[in-house]
Amino acid sequence: MPRPSVWLIRSALIHLALGFTFGGLLLWNKGMPIHPLLWRLLPAHMEFLLIGWTVQLAMGVGYWIMPRFYAYRGDVRPVWLAFVLLNGGVWLVGMSGTLAAPSWVILAGRACELGAAAAFAAHTWPRVKPMALAATHRQ
Amino acid sequence: MPFLTRLFVKTALIYFVAALLVGVLLAARPVLGLSGVVAGLTPVYFHLLMVGWLTQLILGVAHWMFPRFSREAPRGRDWITWTIFGLLNAGLLLRVFAEPALNSSGAHMWGWLLVLAALLQWVAGMAFVVHLWPRVRGH
Repeated sequence: MPRPSVWLIRSALIHLALGFTFGGLLLWNKGMPIHPLLWRLLPAHMEFLLIGWTVQLAMGVGYWIMPRFYAYRGDVRPVWLAFVLLNGGVWLVGMSGTLAAPSWVILAGRACELGAAAAFAAHTWPRVKPMALAATHRQ
Repeated sequence: MPFLTRLFVKTALIYFVAALLVGVLLAARPVLGLSGVVAGLTPVYFHLLMVGWLTQLILGVAHWMFPRFSREAPRGRDWITWTIFGLLNAGLLLRVFAEPALNSSGAHMWGWLLVLAALLQWVAGMAFVVHLWPRVRGH
């Protein structure tokens, strides 16, 4: 498994653990109330599981298994940029709801996530190809 | 495809259909004048999709496709994966019944069952993260 996939998938697993923990606390609080402030974890619960877990896992697996140009996966820099932007965006959006941050923080987080999607798409686009094109691209 | 993967994927497919069935019920409620209990199924709908379908599908495919844990036990310890399967599904099914029941009756018993559902799913999530972590590695 290539290094960017290891980082993306491990980060996805960390978000799964955090998202399940927040979800468990929310469900416990619904069954047997602990504290009303726990409801503030809901935006972080949703953001961590939707984007931090499932989207990030798909990116990690996608980078790993998409067709290559022989042994070469293309320029890796957009993938690292996507990794940084996605994780920054998830934490900005998720924690801003929990900490009642100003709405521009959510906007900044969403912009980071958009940047991550664009960088990842730019890297992956040429790898979505029939296998026979590998030799052509290398030339 | 290993047996446990087939079990995860087929169970995920059942949740997929069940989730969309609940989605139809939610959409039909105002049209057909269905009981208010149906309106309380919105969180059940989202969790059937996100936990029952998507996360469970990922668990099954990851168990099958990720790099080997070791030569002797390529997919780690099977009993841990069985436990994850059992806890996740027991917790999710408990939630499916306890959450609407708590909304409609308010009885304490349903609240405690919801706490149990939270614990079962949380333990399953943490066990999955810990069990898969060593398989997410470079060459």
